[in-house]
Amino acid sequence: MLIKKMAQTAALLTLFAVLGGGLVAFSFEATHQRIEANKRAALLCTLNELIPFHYYDNDLFTDIREVQDEALLGTEEIVVIYRARKEGKPVAAVFNTLAPDGYNGKIHLLVGINYKGILMGVRVITHKETPGLGDGIELRRSDWILGFNGRSLINPDKGGWQVKRDGGDFDQLTGATITPRAIVKAVHKTLLFFQQYHEEVFAVDAQALEK
Amino acid sequence: MTQYSQIIRDGLWHNNPGFVQLLGLCPLLAVTGTLVNGLGLGIATTLILITSNITVSLIRNIVPNEIRLPVFVLVIASFVTAVEMMLKAFYYDLYLSLGIFIPLIVTNCAVIGRAEAFASKEPVDRAFLDGLMMGLGFTFALTMLGALRELLGYGTLFAQASLMFGQSAEWMTITVFEDYRGFLLAVLPPGAFFGLGLLIAFKNAIDKRSSL
Repeated sequence: MLIKKMAQTAALLTLFAVLGGGLVAFSFEATHQRIEANKRAALLCTLNELIPFHYYDNDLFTDIREVQDEALLGTEEIVVIYRARKEGKPVAAVFNTLAPDGYNGKIHLLVGINYKGILMGVRVITHKETPGLGDGIELRRSDWILGFNGRSLINPDKGGWQVKRDGGDFDQLTGATITPRAIVKAVHKTLLFFQQYHEEVFAVDAQALEK
Repeated sequence: MTQYSQIIRDGLWHNNPGFVQLLGLCPLLAVTGTLVNGLGLGIATTLILITSNITVSLIRNIVPNEIRLPVFVLVIASFVTAVEMMLKAFYYDLYLSLGIFIPLIVTNCAVIGRAEAFASKEPVDRAFLDGLMMGLGFTFALTMLGALRELLGYGTLFAQASLMFGQSAEWMTITVFEDYRGFLLAVLPPGAFFGLGLLIAFKNAIDKRSSL
């Protein structure tokens, strides 16, 4: 009698687990394409802020290259590079990199650099910086991040790639120095990497097309 | 069976999940930095409360007592996951700003609390009404707290309404104080505790006055 009741209860619980799992599977099937499209649209929207869409004619999402270089890029994580080309000629590259030493952890960045090594712009994708202080790095809160536009390794030169408090060229934010310092450092490292591996960044080879 | 009128009064005011039961404090305190965020999480929670209450009430007679809680948790977790995917698919920007707090609805004690304390004992129509009213009450609490913190913290109301209502809703943003320098404490998590404390005190003051 007891065994029978236990079996019934277990069967019922299994039934609900299956029904619950089924609901989740069904919603996933119904939505995952739309979700993927949303993610791509959001990323493309930001990419196009850095490289206006009439500058290139290739598909940024398939023309990518993944690199890993802790010494140069300052992070052991894989950095994705989106390459923009027009009629096959390289125009610009966008690095999906990160600043590991924000006030509150990692700050994910998109750094757009044109073929000549001049910054087309920088955007913060995700961060956990203090609301009201460090979040001035978001474009919707302040235009601080636009201060990178047009910069390069010679504008300013090496000593200038710091926040003003450290004797450099870049403003800090009111009440937040660590956050801008981390971003300035990460952008500078990206530029140095770009300079050193200029050809490889744009190289079209089998390895580059591997996902 | 509980009277309809009592369910409504309890959910919205006398037994409000946010102000009286103090359930679901984690999302309540975490996302209410702005009015729109509070409203968004409130609506999502209301949807979950309604669907989970209805389901729990429907199955209340076939689920034995011993496995009651695991089944409720299964029901709630599946619905929350489904709602999260819907939100990602149809309101992606709002999803980005609510972030990790949607999955956290699973752990919102208000949801399992209503399933256990109400829906598992009452017929479907009453369970539905209870879910709706508790949800609206929670949304009311989230919205009030969001409005208070946004007003003090940023000097605006309905900022980023476009996340929820689309680009055409930009006009909804009201700048209450021009050239407001911001009040950081209200935006940070401790400000949520202060704000909630003030709102609860305010509610109690109203109750006291009306009972005199």
